[in-house]
Amino acid sequence: MKLKKTVLAAAALTLAVGPTAVSAQLADDITLVSWGGAYQKSQHRAYVEPYIADNPEVTAVWDESSYEAVAKLRAMNEAGNVTWDLVDVVASDAIRLCDEGLAMEIDHDELLAPAPDGTTASEDFGNLIVSDCFIPQIVYSTTFGYRTDMVGSTPPTDVCAVFDLEMYPGKRSLEKRPINNMEWALICDGVPKADVYDVLETDEGQARAFAKLDTIKDDVIWWSAGADTPQLLADGEVVIGSTYNGRLFSVIEEQNQPVGMLWDAQVFDLDGWIIPAGLSEDRLARAKDFVRFATDTQRLADQAKYISYGPARMSSAPLVGMHADLGIDMAPHMPTDPENAKNTFLYNYEWWADYRDDLDAKFQAWLAQ
Amino acid sequence: MTATDSPVLTADGTPLKASLRRALRREKARAFLLVSPLLLFVLMTFIAPIADMLFRSVENGIVHDTIPRTVQALRNWDPGESEVPGDDVFEAFYTDMVFAVERKSHTRLGSRLNYERTGLASLFRKSGRRVGTFDTKDYADAFNMLDPAWNDPATWDMLAESEAASLPHTASAYATWLGVVLADGGDPLEEEPWDVLYAALYSDLMQAPAGGFENPLLDDAQSAATGFEPVSLREQFGAIDEDWLDPQVWRTIQTYAARYTPGYFLNSVDLKLTADGVQYRDEGDRIYILLFGRTLYMSLVITISCILLGYPVAFLLANLPLRTANILMILVLLPFWTSLLVRTSSWKVLLQQQGVINDILVALRIVDDASRLVLINNQTGTIIAMTHILLPFMILPLYSVMKTIPPAYVRAAKSLGATDWTAFWRVYFPNSVPGIGAGSVLVFILAIGYYITPELVGGTRGVFISNRIAYHISSSLNWGLAAALGTILLFAVLILYWTYDKIVGIDNVKLGG
Repeated sequence: MKLKKTVLAAAALTLAVGPTAVSAQLADDITLVSWGGAYQKSQHRAYVEPYIADNPEVTAVWDESSYEAVAKLRAMNEAGNVTWDLVDVVASDAIRLCDEGLAMEIDHDELLAPAPDGTTASEDFGNLIVSDCFIPQIVYSTTFGYRTDMVGSTPPTDVCAVFDLEMYPGKRSLEKRPINNMEWALICDGVPKADVYDVLETDEGQARAFAKLDTIKDDVIWWSAGADTPQLLADGEVVIGSTYNGRLFSVIEEQNQPVGMLWDAQVFDLDGWIIPAGLSEDRLARAKDFVRFATDTQRLADQAKYISYGPARMSSAPLVGMHADLGIDMAPHMPTDPENAKNTFLYNYEWWADYRDDLDAKFQAWLAQ
Repeated sequence: MTATDSPVLTADGTPLKASLRRALRREKARAFLLVSPLLLFVLMTFIAPIADMLFRSVENGIVHDTIPRTVQALRNWDPGESEVPGDDVFEAFYTDMVFAVERKSHTRLGSRLNYERTGLASLFRKSGRRVGTFDTKDYADAFNMLDPAWNDPATWDMLAESEAASLPHTASAYATWLGVVLADGGDPLEEEPWDVLYAALYSDLMQAPAGGFENPLLDDAQSAATGFEPVSLREQFGAIDEDWLDPQVWRTIQTYAARYTPGYFLNSVDLKLTADGVQYRDEGDRIYILLFGRTLYMSLVITISCILLGYPVAFLLANLPLRTANILMILVLLPFWTSLLVRTSSWKVLLQQQGVINDILVALRIVDDASRLVLINNQTGTIIAMTHILLPFMILPLYSVMKTIPPAYVRAAKSLGATDWTAFWRVYFPNSVPGIGAGSVLVFILAIGYYITPELVGGTRGVFISNRIAYHISSSLNWGLAAALGTILLFAVLILYWTYDKIVGIDNVKLGG
């Protein structure tokens, strides 16, 4: 019978490769992929240093490739040689990698540590688990910073200041992609927050967002790297500009530039780990062991000592303390702090996964006109 | 036999011709062995990637590989006749989806099709989560109630072999199932048959003529199946999302079912392949033709700027005393050795509105403080920065050609009464044209593929087509489109090169000597 033959063949195959495949040892090397800069440093100090102190046999290597992680992972996968063990990506990239089958689907409760009070990981992370492959790490936000010396006596308190050329003349910087900008444009055009994506789904809604952006188009410098806006603000090139809140924290608190934070309508986004698909067993075991350690309640809270991004676990929030070097209280600088999070906007991952290709083409065409 | 007829022999008695041929062959083999490392290197790092790119720009196997039964069933669907495809398509799609979900390839197909129709990515993702919990479970329960043999994979295996002709769907679904279970490391003899097999069996039984089975198990099953409550897979899919009942979704799948598609190339020139044929993209979506045009235009401007700036420098280099020329040469080469990113970033510091150049102009009261010049984040920025970066590629070939122009020519012209200008224009310049040609070809071809500098200083109107290629490679993952854009760029360069050869002649290009 066909089945018997196939099963026999499969059994023979298992026997043949068996002895090498069953070894459940942990690999001694781990390659971590992240964004470089202050963020990667915070990860190194909060996760890797204590982990290596516990496991001295481990060598951790950083690869600063998160910016192009999706493309590189796909290329590695096609070549059949995945050299990364754990990759730090934003949530939308995690969804893409999961869709493409390049990231491993995981059981969050099995893989990740429960909170100290016994709450399961999936409850502790809550709705931040936006994909079956995604292990949330931080909540960051894209928000606006402004030059305190260029706005006179009326510092902006409302995100629509970006579109107000009379009150706040000068250049502004926005990211060179439709995400976030289209939402802000609609909000400032009077669309209620809850309806933004419904409106943006229609051609008229998109035209409306572009029309709003048209009003400031000539005064916008479009950025593509997170460091651009802080630099432009420090140089006085722009009066107001969007970037990640951690970058603004560093400009304001660490470099003492005359820059103020506008938390209004900040857009929350997530960053976290994925485990690439197709790791060998010993490397997978090591990656799992590390990620369990690196995303426990204390480690996530520790990371906030070095950078002003909010820990993704609910149980970590009360543990956030002082900045390791500056000695200032970090809680008021967290995007999730109640004072800062009075008016927030939640980025809709599913929606953008669908509309990204289409809207990006339209956005680029609009920019080029 | 006369001596003239017999072949000339060598000392060892072999004919001279053969001996010579052998010697030549050995020589050739040796020469080939010498170049073979380079040949292999070029093949692997240059020819193979280009061939791969050409292939990717038309390759579209993913639809056929992921949902083969659906593709097959859709061939018989005429969108003109029925609004939504018939049940056979939904049955095939259900079978395909169950296995695709198991292989985790359905979301990949979703993101591929999302390039052509917005919304399909989430439709496939969402359906993947629900397709395992369809009401087809009722079939499984009913068949198992009828005869416990149906719960035994051995029964299916036997039928898949002996009744393959009368149970085509079942046999094909079973074969895929077996593959999936084995690939997962499971034991098919222990695995409970999945709902999808029962659904296929039900469909086969209902389509077969009544009483057409000799096998008593099947005969019983067939007579019992007529009494089952039918499960409409169309409704099941419609319940997940009503988009599955939208004929446009199915027409998109049908249009992109082929293994090879011109779709990426059409997208690259602002067209699109739809079920109704090739159409223009909406006004607001057209971007590639504009970018191709801009890339060519700006590369041309950069090349001309390089000629204008580089020619006098190369002239000085070639005609100054050696000591001074060497110092000048270092000034040309130093920036050439500096990192591209560093040079681009320095241009940012210089050119921005609060930058060095604007500050000086304001301090000198040439420009009003309120109306500082916009020199960056536009085409001006790209042209300035790229001209600077590519200048050495113009100066060096120009210099090496000018070095070979004998000074006696100009002296002779002057002694015959030519003015300085005439001597330069009629004698020196024509001799330096091959250098201009070489420099222009180099600069133009380098400029056309530039991407990092336009990205950093180009703003919105100073970006090139390569920036979009980079975007599709690293962000949108639309590698097919990136490959098509790259292919077009490659052929544009080849055509320009060919035109150049026809008009100027490539023999006139000299990189030196």
